[in-house]
Amino acid sequence: MEKIRVVHYINQFFAQIGGEDKAGVPPSVKDGPVGVGTLIENLSGGRYLIVRTVICGDNYAAENTDRFQAEVLELVRQADPQLLLAGPAFAQGRHGMACAAICQAVQRELGIPAVTAMHPLNPGVDLARKEIYILKAGENALDMRQVVPKMIALADKLLAGKPIGLPQEDGYLPRGVRLNVRVAKRGSRRAVDTLLRKLKDKPYTTELPIPKFDRVPPAPPVADLRTATLALATDGGVVPRGNPDHLEAHNASKWLRYPIEGVADLEGGVYESAHGGYDPVYVNEDPDRVLPLDAARILEAEKYFGKLHEYFYTTTGNVTAVASAARYGQEIGKSLLSQGVQGVILTST
Amino acid sequence: MERLGLPAVQVCAIVPIALTVGANRIVPAVAIPHPTGNPNLPKHEELSLRKELLLKALTALGSEIETQTVFK
Repeated sequence: MEKIRVVHYINQFFAQIGGEDKAGVPPSVKDGPVGVGTLIENLSGGRYLIVRTVICGDNYAAENTDRFQAEVLELVRQADPQLLLAGPAFAQGRHGMACAAICQAVQRELGIPAVTAMHPLNPGVDLARKEIYILKAGENALDMRQVVPKMIALADKLLAGKPIGLPQEDGYLPRGVRLNVRVAKRGSRRAVDTLLRKLKDKPYTTELPIPKFDRVPPAPPVADLRTATLALATDGGVVPRGNPDHLEAHNASKWLRYPIEGVADLEGGVYESAHGGYDPVYVNEDPDRVLPLDAARILEAEKYFGKLHEYFYTTTGNVTAVASAARYGQEIGKSLLSQGVQGVILTST
Repeated sequence: MERLGLPAVQVCAIVPIALTVGANRIVPAVAIPHPTGNPNLPKHEELSLRKELLLKALTALGSEIETQTVFK
């Protein structure tokens, strides 16, 4: 039997080229499987032949999305595959974005199936879940042996043109697709059955999950602005020059705070942006354009509010996982409350 | 932060994103690379613009709201 020609996409890390220090490497290719690719071939029972592995650094992919897509698409096309597999990317945000984008491009432009796998919170999921099949993976490579067989099983179905099961049956992340199916019981009957199970605390499965957008009841307003201590915060990555604490340009792993007691104005050359997701020319010229300290000092002097908190808070809101961002908000909020801050002005790029 | 009872106003260039992610107090800003500035203006006008944006932010922090609100 002829083997199925597969191209496999991975980042510099899984290609064993290097870590963050090599994250800027442009797309390259190797004939045959690399690392995970060998596992894919083995777990397919020798039916898949990885004819080419395409490798690209995470930062290169995130910083030059259009060029990345065009270049990688061409490298995939040259190998004339029947299938593209990307990742798994697990919880690696930039890798997940790259896998999702390249699967989407290959499926659209080359008309062949493209399958990837990642953690449900990976930002790559929202980018492409509606168009491509993304298998649900764990947070890290410990899940490799569980998820790769699922990728192969789903790819087999796509290649054979077989019908794909529901997300929970085939292990992929829901795509928001609705299908008409015939069931034995009518809707009203099912609704009452579900309600009864719910009332009896028995397990039940909803037929229409409500999307979970985080909604927070508004906090009460600042009671008296004239006596209130307010803090400045930003997700625009403003840091002291040279970025001494190495705030990431993408997918921030932390938030930071810097003292501004006695500082009237954020001057270019003293502060700068570490953010990798927007053109930093304007903010580096005058950081008040992202963190408006000079105007806040004026309003403080004119008694529009009590006083400014002695630190500003900063992180990078660029391909940062929503779950991490929510955690940073909680941590910063707790820290500010414990220091008597009553309100926060957060600027977002 | 709002969940902790600490009022927070988001001054941001892309209001639909703030609405999607659930910010409660929102002030529309100038542009992505310079939310609180405009490099095309002379320095003193740019500073006035920044003060105006912050005054709106202060109004947002001092307002009792029931639901997500954009302070224009």
